[in-house]
Amino acid sequence: MSTAPETERSVDPRDVTAEAPVLEARGIVKRFGHVEALRGADFTVRKAEVVALIGDNGAGKSTLIKTLSGVHAPDEGELLVGGRPVRFSTPVDARQAGVETVYQDLAVADDLSVAANLYLGREILRTGPLGRLGLLDKRAMRRGAAEALSQLGVRIPRVTTPIAMLSGGQRQSVAVARAIIWATSVVILDEPTAALGVVQTERVLDVVRRARDAGMSVVLVSHNMPQVLEIADRVEVLRLGRRAARFRADEVTTDELVAAMTGSLVTEKEDR
Amino acid sequence: MRERLSNALSEFTAAAALVVLFVALSFASPHFLTADNLFNIGAQTAVIAIIATAQTMVIITKGIDLSVGSVAALAGVVGAITVRDLGFSIWAATAVAIAVGALAGLVNGLLVTVARIPPFIATLGTMSAARGLVFIVTGAVGVYGLPESFQLLGNGQILGIPFAVVLTGVVAVGVAFLLAQTRFGQYTYAMGSNLEAARRSGIPVGRHLTAVYVLAGVLVGLGGMIAASRVNSGQPNYGIALELDVIAAAVIGGASLFGGQGRIIGTLIGAFLIALVRNGAVLLDISIHYQMVIVGLIIWAAVYFDQYRRRRLESRG
Repeated sequence: MSTAPETERSVDPRDVTAEAPVLEARGIVKRFGHVEALRGADFTVRKAEVVALIGDNGAGKSTLIKTLSGVHAPDEGELLVGGRPVRFSTPVDARQAGVETVYQDLAVADDLSVAANLYLGREILRTGPLGRLGLLDKRAMRRGAAEALSQLGVRIPRVTTPIAMLSGGQRQSVAVARAIIWATSVVILDEPTAALGVVQTERVLDVVRRARDAGMSVVLVSHNMPQVLEIADRVEVLRLGRRAARFRADEVTTDELVAAMTGSLVTEKEDR
Repeated sequence: MRERLSNALSEFTAAAALVVLFVALSFASPHFLTADNLFNIGAQTAVIAIIATAQTMVIITKGIDLSVGSVAALAGVVGAITVRDLGFSIWAATAVAIAVGALAGLVNGLLVTVARIPPFIATLGTMSAARGLVFIVTGAVGVYGLPESFQLLGNGQILGIPFAVVLTGVVAVGVAFLLAQTRFGQYTYAMGSNLEAARRSGIPVGRHLTAVYVLAGVLVGLGGMIAASRVNSGQPNYGIALELDVIAAAVIGGASLFGGQGRIIGTLIGAFLIALVRNGAVLLDISIHYQMVIVGLIIWAAVYFDQYRRRRLESRG
């Protein structure tokens, strides 16, 4: 169950610091009927880093992400937040532990305004008896939304604009910003730029960088190898439901990533 | 912004159609602009408007309630029976009717959220079951022999304004406020817009959706009682095909069958329009069969416009 020893090149200098990872998965097993989607998967996220999670289709990326974000409860293994074991039975549990997730297409409610989306499920209510009746403090939410978005460099016309009126890039930026605003430790982004053009992708990645620089940890699921190498600090490779390799992004090439994904390069111990 | 404009646009279009129809009917029939007839239209609009308000809430959640006609009839006959057989006052009977509506709404809500039956089918079942209950409790005979006081909701007035219209105003303002200014309203739009996003935002979607159906049932119960009060009896056949009128009212007013959109002000305009069509058809001696055709055409047009609007929005996104 312990973390497998690593080959020399994959050791991150930050490994030697005493600080526990902000989020860690150990030996996660998840079965769907007879299918074992995760077969003892490990995953590590350290403070203020962008870690890319890559793997071929069917490697178990989505299942791992959903385990980390509380959508699936693992059958075996443990999750640790800041070194302490946690159990996520619902996405709300994960959020309360400071882990926010942006899912590919499910992130926002198109008919609601930007401000309403940022505060969805966490609405600010009026103070006093009116608040107890559920009366919204829309002004406070508009102000808070505008402030948070400008800090993250997200440019949108107005926070009262319905999401449906935004471009794909703006929409995704809002979804990512929403996760960053509420996360206290980790933001998980599942293919955040898959549907975006070049300029829009750059904007979303800018938001990610700003968040990282502000001390947030970001997990990025992506199929885009150049993008992974551009933005990530580290890369973890999932293959057949297990962690197959770990790299520092500035020491690895696209070819090596692909080799790790297809099984011809392994940096993790095979057996446990 | 543009979406808000398009909201306002469908409301404006409906309002314009309303004015045109109103003026046209004034010329077409000498009986239209009479105090009696206007009072009549007011009371008729009231029933459609209150039940269409309920329908609008459900449609915003991306649901639909086909059971409104049967449930309104059930609420009306049960209310009437409590007055006739148990000597209830009109107020106590109204409370009972509302409770009947709320119970039916609870059943709809649980079918949709717990049994996970699509709203269309769930409420179709309720439509049949509730109508069956109406015939069972009445023996398929109207409930007559009610005191004069039973007519208060439907035919009474305050300062010359039909009491039903006042009730409609209270209901409409209350629900409009609930939808626009409260967390309850925010969740309602959010669930209709993107149920999964709402769920993952930690909104208790099952409980909330059930609450929407219950609240809709409350209004349907009230509407059914007003309808019974208007004719001073409980009619087992009341409200057949009423769902078409109220769905039309909601959609004409800008509620989207794709969920996430709709405002009570639009629904009120839509309800008024439908009531005018019905009233005008009677005054101009157009048969009930043609009325049905006309309402069908209106529904087609309104839904087509809704889809057209959605496509334009999406092609932009």
